[in-house]
Amino acid sequence: MALARQIFYVFLIKPLLVLMLGLNVRHMDRLPERGPHVIAANHNSHLDAMVLVSLFRWSDIPKIKLAAAKDYFCRNAFMTWFSLNILGIIPIERHGGADNPLAPVFQALDKGHIVVIFPEGSRGEPEQRQPLKYGVAKLLEAMPEIGLTPVFMHGLGKSLPRGEALLVPFVCEINIGEMLRWAGDRKRLITKLDESFSSLDQEIAPKPWN
Amino acid sequence: MFNFTLSNPVHACIAGIFGVLILASAIVFCMHKGDKEGKHKELTARVKSWWFMIAIFSTAMLTTPMVSIYFFAFLSFLAFKEYISVIPLRRADRRLLFWAYLTIPVQYFFVADNWYGMFIVFIPVWVFFLMPFRLILAQQMEGFLSSVATISWGLMITVFAVSHAAMLMQFPALAESPAGGAGLVLFLMVLNQGNDVAQYVWGKFLGKHKILPLVSPKKTWEGFLGGMVTTALIAVVLAPFLTPFNMGFALLAGVGIAAAGFIGDVTFSALKRDIGIKDTGALIPGHGGILDRIDSLSLTAPLFFHFVRYFYY
Repeated sequence: MALARQIFYVFLIKPLLVLMLGLNVRHMDRLPERGPHVIAANHNSHLDAMVLVSLFRWSDIPKIKLAAAKDYFCRNAFMTWFSLNILGIIPIERHGGADNPLAPVFQALDKGHIVVIFPEGSRGEPEQRQPLKYGVAKLLEAMPEIGLTPVFMHGLGKSLPRGEALLVPFVCEINIGEMLRWAGDRKRLITKLDESFSSLDQEIAPKPWN
Repeated sequence: MFNFTLSNPVHACIAGIFGVLILASAIVFCMHKGDKEGKHKELTARVKSWWFMIAIFSTAMLTTPMVSIYFFAFLSFLAFKEYISVIPLRRADRRLLFWAYLTIPVQYFFVADNWYGMFIVFIPVWVFFLMPFRLILAQQMEGFLSSVATISWGLMITVFAVSHAAMLMQFPALAESPAGGAGLVLFLMVLNQGNDVAQYVWGKFLGKHKILPLVSPKKTWEGFLGGMVTTALIAVVLAPFLTPFNMGFALLAGVGIAAAGFIGDVTFSALKRDIGIKDTGALIPGHGGILDRIDSLSLTAPLFFHFVRYFYY
């Protein structure tokens, strides 16, 4: 199934994204090469996750996992199969249920995967920053040896915002930040991550979207 | 499909372009070798990108006329996408932008069909009238005027103007110019892009007196005039092979392409200054975005097209 995933991303998704939208990546050298590692990205669109996985090389794609809401991505049998095997998600229980909703993420990191997390939670209003949630800080507190790479994206919320089915192409700007480490307490890590997003955002200098 | 022969003037000219490119690469390679601080890094990236651009363009020119038209349509798509990605817009404009993209296949259909009447009125008349109406349906009037104005201008520059280069393909071969439309496209592209390079090189070596320091501080009179003389000379050399022009018209075409190229170039510099960006994108390493590369074409293509149409067809 890893091969199906590689083919899906390298021969279908990536060419589509490059031709339709155009990916403008800054600081590609900061992208982590091996796991375990956590990538924290801002969330504007369904395309976010696809773009992030497409940044990686063919041989690295099987290592990338996306933390995603179980109730949404596993809502029927086909979606469950597709999300788990092709998209490569780690299903997270959003509304209580499991004792530790992050347990599957820990397992993936133990296996040496690179896990993508959207600390803003849901996609929210397009191209507007949301307050960051603490899940990512809990991960690093439990596994302080793991690095955290912030990635800020702009444009996907214009191309395909929440609640729209019509894709309108805009160039996608991707800015990869410097790796962060566990900072001793949760609040400080989240503040650092937030500051990193802000400076990556400024570097892109996006045009307003009134 | 690739029936390459040097007796065909278009093929010979493309071979010549590759010759110049090999020469330029050799010069840059020698400069790069003697340079330890890596200050020619951008120049190296530029030349490398030229290889890609010329390879793609040559492929488009050497296959069939239809492929050349698709090539320019795709160029319009990339340019328009880059344009709307850097200008300030409103969420309410999203649906309109979808329709604006659809003008590209329609406009290039008129090109492919050689339907001159529709080709020339579709965007300036029909789209110009219908677009504001589509925007009214979104019922968000704040910022209405600026959205209508910026999107219309973008379509004129990236779709209407660029499609003129493709429309050149439709001029048939004449007794005095067997190269026909393809020869004219090649003539325009070589002079237009050559003028950019010549202006840059002359400006780099001799540039002293700035023309428009507030708009584009790197543009100098020396670069502009040096570029113009170089372009006019290339025009005189190429015209007998690629065009029906006599010597006087070749000179006029060269000077006109250089002047219009300069105006197109500084128009985009002014736009970039206004919105506070240096390049419109990062698609072409060393050059910036597609718009940074074809900014001068936006004015030269319509000018050259009408020049040819008025005097020769």
